[in-house]
Amino acid sequence: MPTVVIPALLRKFTGGIERAEVPGKSIRELVRHLGERFPGIDQQLLEDGDIRPSIAVSIDGEIATGGVLDAVGETSEVHFIPALGGGEV
Amino acid sequence: MAASTTTGNFKVIGTRPIRHDGVDKVTGRAKYGADYAFPGMLHGKVLRSPHAHANIKSIKIDKALKLPGVKAIVTSKDLPQAENKLEQAGEMTINPMYLSMNILAHDKVLYDGHAIAAVAATSPHIAEEALRLIEVEYEVLPPVMTVDAATRPGAPILLKDLRNKEEGDKPTNVAQHYQFKRGDVAAGFKAADYIVEREFNTAMVHQGYIEPHNAVGIYNSDGQATIYCSTQGAFDVRSLSAQVLGMPVGRIKVVPAEIGGGFGGKTTIYLEPLSVLLSKKTGAPVKLVMSRSEVLRASGPTSGSKIKVKMGAARDGKLVAAEIWMAYEAGAFPGSPVGAGAMCIIAPYTFENFQIDAYDVVVNRPKTAAYRAPGATNAAFASETVIDELAEKCGIDPLDFRIKNGVKEGAAQVVGPAFKRIGFIQTCEAIKHSEHYKSKLTGKFRGRGVASGFWFNAGMQSSATVNIHTDGTASVVTGSPDIGGSRASMAMITAEVLGLPVTDVRPITADTDSIGHTDVTGGSRVTFATGMAVYEAAKDAERQLIERAAKVWEKKPDEVEFRDGKLYAKGDGVPPMSIKQLAPRFPRTGGPITGRASVNARGVGPGFATTVVDVEVDPDTGKVQVLRCTVAQDAGKAIHPSYVEGQMQGGTAQGIGWALNEEYFYDDKGTLRNSGFLDYRIPTCLDLPMIETVVVEEANPGHPLGVRGVGEVSIVPPVAAVANAIYRAVGVRMTETPMSPPKLLKAMLKRRGATQHSAAAD
Repeated sequence: MPTVVIPALLRKFTGGIERAEVPGKSIRELVRHLGERFPGIDQQLLEDGDIRPSIAVSIDGEIATGGVLDAVGETSEVHFIPALGGGEV
Repeated sequence: MAASTTTGNFKVIGTRPIRHDGVDKVTGRAKYGADYAFPGMLHGKVLRSPHAHANIKSIKIDKALKLPGVKAIVTSKDLPQAENKLEQAGEMTINPMYLSMNILAHDKVLYDGHAIAAVAATSPHIAEEALRLIEVEYEVLPPVMTVDAATRPGAPILLKDLRNKEEGDKPTNVAQHYQFKRGDVAAGFKAADYIVEREFNTAMVHQGYIEPHNAVGIYNSDGQATIYCSTQGAFDVRSLSAQVLGMPVGRIKVVPAEIGGGFGGKTTIYLEPLSVLLSKKTGAPVKLVMSRSEVLRASGPTSGSKIKVKMGAARDGKLVAAEIWMAYEAGAFPGSPVGAGAMCIIAPYTFENFQIDAYDVVVNRPKTAAYRAPGATNAAFASETVIDELAEKCGIDPLDFRIKNGVKEGAAQVVGPAFKRIGFIQTCEAIKHSEHYKSKLTGKFRGRGVASGFWFNAGMQSSATVNIHTDGTASVVTGSPDIGGSRASMAMITAEVLGLPVTDVRPITADTDSIGHTDVTGGSRVTFATGMAVYEAAKDAERQLIERAAKVWEKKPDEVEFRDGKLYAKGDGVPPMSIKQLAPRFPRTGGPITGRASVNARGVGPGFATTVVDVEVDPDTGKVQVLRCTVAQDAGKAIHPSYVEGQMQGGTAQGIGWALNEEYFYDDKGTLRNSGFLDYRIPTCLDLPMIETVVVEEANPGHPLGVRGVGEVSIVPPVAAVANAIYRAVGVRMTETPMSPPKLLKAMLKRRGATQHSAAAD
């Protein structure tokens, strides 16, 4: 099952859990299952049905580019990290 | 000098041809933004706020409009309501509402120089005269100039709509909090034999590009607009201008002019939508060009910052814990690079226990923009100074200390994922074995300092086409404005794949209607990502060449090989055919050949640099002279080594300026007092020695040619390296930039006083 590493500021939704094994073959499925297990966390990651512009997704050590459409492997490690730009203007 | 692990058997890549745009540049034929002129063109000027913080009670333009020669005036009332929402725009995320408020102040001015109105007139002088006739009534508010002032209880609030989830539903100046943590920080510090804790402050600084911002806007009666401007990202200018103007993206064409420096500062917009608005009102082309003062007051410098670093090390030199607090000035609107700074600050080292808290804070200064490895230089000044101090306490050479704790392939990054192949240790080794580091530095008040730095580098979207001409030469078309020699690199990649002489490939930077979407020239991404698109486009052309030769020879494509620019029929005695020989036969075999590729590039290889600096300090004035400087940087594969070295030298020069001279100097009313290059002092050739370079080539496995980005990371180490050198020269640890004569002299006198006081007590 893929492993999701929870960002520090979102661990309040997971009761402090840092890593969670979550089923799913895509980022969309992963976030959905994550939200079912830790209510509210999916809303922090999504906006208009896709990953928020301020968040980047790393799959197996590489910044992914497909948002919720990206595929995830059975043993993938997924990190949600601040997007490089980070800025607002 | 280069140390290489790349194994490609290249013929063109790695050589140093003369750049294709060189003749136009040195003969003055190259066309920069301000060179554009059109029949009937009007000239625009911008009215700017003299106050750092004030409500706008009214703007009266009647008198100005009556001035003969004035054709139009625009204020924020001419802008549509923009959405208060984050959107992705190349390397940045943008909030269209704040962007619009920065282009023309809505109901409030938020920094000295904030644009309020723009005038179009028949001459620049009349436009300037008209500015004096615009009457603005202000209600002046107290300026909030620093992170401390902005976060103090009861501090004046800049943006009434700004909320921070952590602080509840109330107005705040703290736009964002980032946090990264791992392990048990308290337990880590318990295991430390040495702990160093210091607070650092860095001044707001500007990129200092020589060419001011400019734009010519032409709005046609059919609703189509064209913008000519100096930019790092024509597609970003198009999308950002569309957002601000409420126009469809497809109705704006942006033509990127030659660019006289950007360093990140030309990745956003200022004048571009104003030129279109004024053109729409007047029916004529309108040109606006900033003065130097406007560039410094009202474009986007990088953040000043306050950073607290606590680090611990065991006696054997192993780093055991770090606790970091950092706050960056965003300027008037959210969006400092503090998040990136937080992800960079300890990136070169392996820490099992750390916590980093980072805050983005709005203040009454111009909205910050990207500046070469945004956020990382401030951060490295703090962390690399503390690292240096810990190395000294442990009695370990500062480079050995870095090598001992340095990240290698497989180490976890601050944000979690493991590094792939990286070259940090190699940059330390390269400096350690350099003639410079091995040389002896003698003389009083002289010292040597080292420091390292990290930058992510970026991927993002790029498009390229490679056209094979009827004489067998080629052109390569991309959408990446060339700010550091990328035309040459793109031509070299094409030439390498197609086996052509590099002089037979003409590189072209296209406008937004002539090439597929291409993200900004920034994030050290062009040679990596646009280079990847060019490589794929050239390969596409190669596949078509094989098909055509197969047709000529009446064979199947898999019976034809392409090597070194020639086509070979496998297994028979047919003589090989060059592209030049095949090109005239294109019409009979299917028509012209154009290779195409578009990528959203993955496989980014991060960059590391390590720098050694020798300085001499004047004990009477505190002036620092840089005697010698060497930088080692991992380039992955240097396509054109001279331009890689140029990037390394340029970044280092800017870092030294940041270290020693540069700062935004505001008075107590929030007015910028040094808005010119006489008083805002960037280094000149008289201030710097020849910067020596060592190009490390640890191939990036994520790129077909091993390329990493090279444009940014060299700016990260110099500030800390200079501070560490000053410490060894005169014994004071500088914790504030710039380390200018008054500040250093004060610190030296304080130390002398303390030493004398201590001697007297003894």
